Amino acid sequence: MSEAVLLIGTKKGLWIGRSDAARTEWRLDGPVPEFEMQGVYAVGIDTRGDRPRLFVGGTSEHWGPAVFHSDDLGATWAEPPEGSIGFPEGSDASLERVWQIQAAPAGQPGVVYAGTQPSALWKSTDGGVTFDLVRGLWDHPHRKEWGAGFGGQAVHTVLPHPTDADRVSVAMSTGGVYRTADGGATWEPANQGIQAKFFPDPYPEFGQCVHKLAGHPDVPERMFAQNHHGVYRSDDGGTIWKSIADGLPSDFGFPIVVHPHEPETVYVFPLIADGNRIPTGARCRVYRSRDAGSTWEPLSAGLPDVSYVPVLRDAMTTDTADPAGVYVGTRDGCVYASADAGDSWVEVARHLPDVLTVRAAVIG
Amino acid sequence: MIAVRLPTVLRPFAGGAERVEVEGTTVAEAFAALEPPLRRRLTDEQGAVRRHVNIYLRDDNIRDLDGLDTPLTDGDELLILPSVAGG
Repeated sequence: MSEAVLLIGTKKGLWIGRSDAARTEWRLDGPVPEFEMQGVYAVGIDTRGDRPRLFVGGTSEHWGPAVFHSDDLGATWAEPPEGSIGFPEGSDASLERVWQIQAAPAGQPGVVYAGTQPSALWKSTDGGVTFDLVRGLWDHPHRKEWGAGFGGQAVHTVLPHPTDADRVSVAMSTGGVYRTADGGATWEPANQGIQAKFFPDPYPEFGQCVHKLAGHPDVPERMFAQNHHGVYRSDDGGTIWKSIADGLPSDFGFPIVVHPHEPETVYVFPLIADGNRIPTGARCRVYRSRDAGSTWEPLSAGLPDVSYVPVLRDAMTTDTADPAGVYVGTRDGCVYASADAGDSWVEVARHLPDVLTVRAAVIG
Repeated sequence: MIAVRLPTVLRPFAGGAERVEVEGTTVAEAFAALEPPLRRRLTDEQGAVRRHVNIYLRDDNIRDLDGLDTPLTDGDELLILPSVAGG
């Protein structure tokens, strides 16, 4: 019997939605005691193994950050005694927050990546229990010039190449997109065409504020980016980026995700502008493109007609079921789920703390 | 022995205990003797006391003494308190 699990990380803890495979009626568990009062910025679900492994990266204002995992769908949680992620002694840095926990593709069993604040990439080869600093990115000569956006200075997105284990792209705010083709030893910025309106030169080599990066495993060279103003697509692995924002009511927003089975289908959540971060038209609307960004349509069935709150960069996701599930969480603590690729939505949660991240999977 | 008294929220990292006893002639030595999951919540991976953690020796915050180098003598008690922070 299949079941669906939905991890909801908020500014004040973790909630878990559970449903059957239909994903239309949800039960909500939480707040999960282990993460009470923690800012849960990263959650992950690794479905590659015999049983799914859940991840939670939480930060207590008092007691610091930690990454926990669960092999029983959230009934119990564990961390290694010395912690999962820590900067090496003498590196003059300490972990502030984990922003992303991303399992590698199926061909790389045991490999899990993490992105953190301060901006660093981490790689685990033991299934996400312990992580090592990816030195090539940490030692990059650009690092001292990467800045902090409003949310902090972090690697917030990790996008492993679907088949080539040596290739990984990351996005950081600020800094932009960087990519490696040699397993993390060397990294190059990949921001050509992405605008940075906050610099005198609006097209710098790096320094962009890319809010989120997404791709589809069937089209490895294509990537989508929601920027701090600007929605872009690259068809050559990030070498050149071109705007796909023309059909949107605004090019500002935080998340971008790709349909699990349709590489041309993309979702964003437009906000009016940097200086006015409410949904366009003051309506809660996910926008969907079915032609890789040429045209867009608002999705509204089941979403509120009045809303003044954003969806943050990691608070939109899909599952891999068929039909595809799409999930969004808002800053006023609501979570909406669609079991039909966005055509219609049901409310999973309301009045939670600000939703920071969501991940979902249909299991079994 | 040095006693370390814990707020409720940290007791799960000490097997539920309200206080733990360790050896040490400074705060740093005492902390080094704590179980790692508890120690990591008081200090970061570079050994610095976390910003919103307050550690009292009698009535003094160790920040007003010699920090982690504050000397301890047998029978001393360290009180861990979270500062007022957040919203």
